[in-house]
Amino acid sequence: MTAVVDAPSGASPETAPEVGAVPTFDVTLRIRRYNPEVAGDEAYWEEFTVTAHGTDRVLDAMHKIKWELDGSLTFRRSCAHGICGSDAMRINGRNRLACKALLKDLNPDKPITIEPIKGLPVEKDLVVDMEPFFASYREIMPFLITSGNEPSKERLQSAEQRERYDDTTKCILCAACTSSCPVFWTDGQYFGPAAIVNAHRFIFDSRDEGGTQRLEILNDKEGVWRCRTTFNCTEACPRGIEVTKAIQEVKRAMITRAF
Amino acid sequence: MQTHQYDVVIVGAGGAGMRAALESSGRVRTAVISKLYPTRSHTGAAQGGMCAALANVEEDNWEWHTFDTVKGGDYLVDQDAAEIMAKEAIEAVLDLERMGLPFNRTPEGKIDQRRFGGHTRNHGEAAVRRSCYAADRTGHMILQTLYQQCVKQDVSFFNEFYVLDVLLSSDLSTGEVADGEPVAVSGVVAYELATGEIHLFRAKSVVFATGGAGKIYKTTSNAHTLTGDGMALALRRGIPLEDMEFFQFHPTGLAGLGILLSEAARGEGGILRNGDGERFMERYAPTIKDLAPRDIVARSMANEVREGRGAGPNKDYVLLDLTHLEPAHIDAKLPDITEFARTYLGIEPYTEPVPVYPTAHYAMGGIPTNINTEVLRNNTDVVQGLYAAGEVACVSVHGSNRLGTNSLLDINVFGKRAGIAAAAYAATVDWAELPEDPAAYVVGEIERMRDQPVGERVSDLRRELQESMDLNAQVFRTQESLTQALADIKHLKKRYGSVSVQDKGRRYNTDLLEALELGFLLELAEVVVVGALAREESRGGHFREDFPTRDDERFMMHTMAYQRPSSTAGETEIRLDHKPVIMTRYQPMERKY
Repeated sequence: MTAVVDAPSGASPETAPEVGAVPTFDVTLRIRRYNPEVAGDEAYWEEFTVTAHGTDRVLDAMHKIKWELDGSLTFRRSCAHGICGSDAMRINGRNRLACKALLKDLNPDKPITIEPIKGLPVEKDLVVDMEPFFASYREIMPFLITSGNEPSKERLQSAEQRERYDDTTKCILCAACTSSCPVFWTDGQYFGPAAIVNAHRFIFDSRDEGGTQRLEILNDKEGVWRCRTTFNCTEACPRGIEVTKAIQEVKRAMITRAF
Repeated sequence: MQTHQYDVVIVGAGGAGMRAALESSGRVRTAVISKLYPTRSHTGAAQGGMCAALANVEEDNWEWHTFDTVKGGDYLVDQDAAEIMAKEAIEAVLDLERMGLPFNRTPEGKIDQRRFGGHTRNHGEAAVRRSCYAADRTGHMILQTLYQQCVKQDVSFFNEFYVLDVLLSSDLSTGEVADGEPVAVSGVVAYELATGEIHLFRAKSVVFATGGAGKIYKTTSNAHTLTGDGMALALRRGIPLEDMEFFQFHPTGLAGLGILLSEAARGEGGILRNGDGERFMERYAPTIKDLAPRDIVARSMANEVREGRGAGPNKDYVLLDLTHLEPAHIDAKLPDITEFARTYLGIEPYTEPVPVYPTAHYAMGGIPTNINTEVLRNNTDVVQGLYAAGEVACVSVHGSNRLGTNSLLDINVFGKRAGIAAAAYAATVDWAELPEDPAAYVVGEIERMRDQPVGERVSDLRRELQESMDLNAQVFRTQESLTQALADIKHLKKRYGSVSVQDKGRRYNTDLLEALELGFLLELAEVVVVGALAREESRGGHFREDFPTRDDERFMMHTMAYQRPSSTAGETEIRLDHKPVIMTRYQPMERKY
């Protein structure tokens, strides 16, 4: 099934670009649809063609489909600039945020495929059940653990100590990394990269005293040792976190820090 | 329908909601309801920092911070509230650090601080380093840290639940409840996105922390989900909204997109230039130039463009110049926003200036509260058990223009106060009586929307609203433009009666929710415009070209807007009243920088 929105005719900005205006182009999105309420348990592909502007993101095209062609197309989104982590999807076979993937960078000459992220149960279209993902996150105790009395002022931390875990503080819990991991696809019990990244954020924070507990949790058979170092996670991270490196550092900490 | 019972129900899981939850959940049985997952909340998009007079890098004190906040708000700030915020700011920052927030550090290992617009030493002498920050993702760090603490405390969340009604013991919407008569909250009604099921949450206290309403505008830094739900629900139930005509336009949105580039870019030395390369802020704010408050900078930028000195092929934006800064400095202090420029505009900020233009950013107004975050139903009476904090509220610490960083501060200070107050109240009272058939209104609205077989598209109406607001109620306003906006809104409200959604299902029906959110936007836009029409002066974020000066004689007062039945049956209108501004230390002066 293909639905098309024609470019508006007449002297609209879309057909009569002014000097410096961004050119428009048509793009086809091939979207994996699933709605057990209507179509039973079968997922299927559906193509939509829309007119896009040069700076449009995949999210803009999806909104155009939802708002002009098919209101039932369902996906999560909020901030639309890569900070809230709602709209991780599998775009042309790679996990990305729909709001950070520009159409022009995806070769709009061919249909762009959009699928839900893998390894989590699909609820409807691109919406997956995030609960298993957040459950793994909660398990690694993602909060500062300290002992003794609270200081009356701030805890001191040098700029170097702060820098040590800077990379892993960037995580927005979008699940792009975890749902790109082949180990996670085949074994849903595996903590997955995002949980390990968030453990790293505390294990390497000089103020934290819960490192040993977290390392014990991640030393589990479903823990950090399941990582096969395929670097999918690093490639998928929309925040540019060196995820695989962080996992390796956690592995090394397990060996070097005596339990 | 499912029924739940909690002592405290917090609506919204951004900074204010989660800060409240950390207080409340330790004291009484608490639930947090969010239309998103908590970490998706828009607090996470805040960038530059959170001001507090820690004096870690230079002399500073909370009184200077109070003054800057009052002056920044063009004297419409309630000074008792501003003083509380500036005083409690110090502990609020230290609270976050002790929770684990990874602030940037000074060479001594203390929390580092940097300059920010409108924050000055000794009542305006020069810019002061007051903003505590974590690179240019301070909001992200606050949101993550608060969520981490909520995980630690095992706070109960209801994620992807849309609150669609607040239950009160009396119907305030008719305007017939006498002043002084007790009115109490008894709970909220919510819609579960996953199943379409209705949930009744009975509560002794309800805290509204639902954030802003930036989506009444087209060009905005706000998330798609910022549709002013809490404000609109209060309005519909007869609670007034305060000072809604004051909307902040952040100077540096990415041109054409509205995506926010933090003021920290200027705090770290960035310069605004017009199409001729001139540092034009020297003409508008000779002392602090690019670090003037946002209303002044946004207006100056719009004026440059209007007078033909814009940059680019259509001369419709100005430039944020970071090219004189060291790339290493940019990477260390402004990594995210420079990446936005690269990703969305293909601009390399090391070597090219970034096209920017004002973007709708923040509602200074909201649900009126006192300093204990109790919601006011008129100038003096509170709704018992109902609290509001953060952008949804108007306490009023921001007056007619919020200073940068004061929103992250507001959510922490008043979120904490709300959590403590809501729990304390819940611990002392019995359950309030629920109205008969409490979910009837919500069920009716949803069924009506779902059952309309064919009709207008939500997206058409929303686009027309947003375009009219951008055109008529943005940085510059006139009676003519606002009258046009009001006519547009009224027309759209009529058409809203016949919108229909395509998705008729129950599972994850975001089509339906967008339609309900549009209803909120239309009603809030009307309040903004009606307030802006009546305020025949220019103050802070509200600039009337036909009344270009501040008029303290007539308008040194808060606007209180009530939605009441109009003479046409079934329709409503906005009635305006006023509330005095609380002044303690500072008499209004001319606002110069």
